[in-house]
Amino acid sequence: MNIKLTGIAALLLALPFYAQASAVSELEAKYQSQGAGPFSAAAGEALWTKEFVDAKSGDKRSCPTCHTADLAKEGKHARTGKVIKPMAPSINPQRLTEVKKIKKWFVRNCKWTLGRECTAQEKGDLLAFLKSL
Amino acid sequence: MKHKLLLTSAAILAMAMLGTSGIAFSDDDDDDRRRSSSRYGDRSGYSHPGLTGKQYDSAYSRDRQYDPAYPRSSQKAPGVAPVNNPQYLEECGSCHFPYQPGLLPARSWAKVMEHLDNHFGENAELPAEDGNMLLDYLLKNSADNSSYKRSVKIMNSLHPSDAPLRVSETPYFLKKHDELTPNMVKNNPKVGSLSNCSACHTEAARGSFSESGILIPNFGAWEENEKEERGEKYRRR
Repeated sequence: MNIKLTGIAALLLALPFYAQASAVSELEAKYQSQGAGPFSAAAGEALWTKEFVDAKSGDKRSCPTCHTADLAKEGKHARTGKVIKPMAPSINPQRLTEVKKIKKWFVRNCKWTLGRECTAQEKGDLLAFLKSL
Repeated sequence: MKHKLLLTSAAILAMAMLGTSGIAFSDDDDDDRRRSSSRYGDRSGYSHPGLTGKQYDSAYSRDRQYDPAYPRSSQKAPGVAPVNNPQYLEECGSCHFPYQPGLLPARSWAKVMEHLDNHFGENAELPAEDGNMLLDYLLKNSADNSSYKRSVKIMNSLHPSDAPLRVSETPYFLKKHDELTPNMVKNNPKVGSLSNCSACHTEAARGSFSESGILIPNFGAWEENEKEERGEKYRRR
């Protein structure tokens, strides 16, 4: 009985991690089917911190512009000042758990930051970097 | 003695006159939690001599009772209708204050949602089905489909052809914020912009924009009724 309960508790505790692993691996498989891979956390980190110049405004933009340099800490929306919850899954277990959400933010944030959509390789690298945090 | 009597009757007369013109003065604008005594009494700011508030109300509502844009059932509702759509809160509220649909007319929301790839300079693209769902929610709950007090006031301040993209461009909003200084808003690191409703309106998320709920960071509460002079409207807390 006790073992059973412990087992259920352990399963419940592990759920976010399972969700994260499954969402990320689903996307990785998709990117691989598009010819990308293998993925590198180091390449992801380099892209994360790389600065891009916005063609219209001339502003420098990078992922840390809003998420800040420390991904264990809260970020701040560059324009509205709205708080962005920490990106590191170890601090914020909700991160990287929903395929739909990840896709949505890749579209929005790649277009805003890089001025274009990210390639499958870039997205895989970014996921490899973020899931390691 | 006669003198005193004259004075007293003059005072009574004055009070009675003030009482009748009370319809014009009684702008319940600034308390979203208090029950609005007359929804139409404060629409225009002009008085209707000879009508008490109740008569005025019924006369006016009779004219309007078939206007579907102003359903009579919720005449008492103050503020704006709070957001009751979790997906709207999630999608829109992750980047900015989730503006209640009742803050803009349907024609404005349609324009806003048409260009999510350039949403005030940001990319806020959504999968089509989600965008359509949110647009539907916005249109059904827009200011012209709401009888909440602030929604009615915003609509009344707009020309029928106006479709502002920002709540802060509506004449009603501008009038309500015209006494704020740059130091209170733009140069205030905790505010930054008039778009940041909840920075000062502490009950904004509940749909209340009452004066009593205003707390401007680094300035304090809004005390318009107590201090007449500009710049003296704040009492540091």
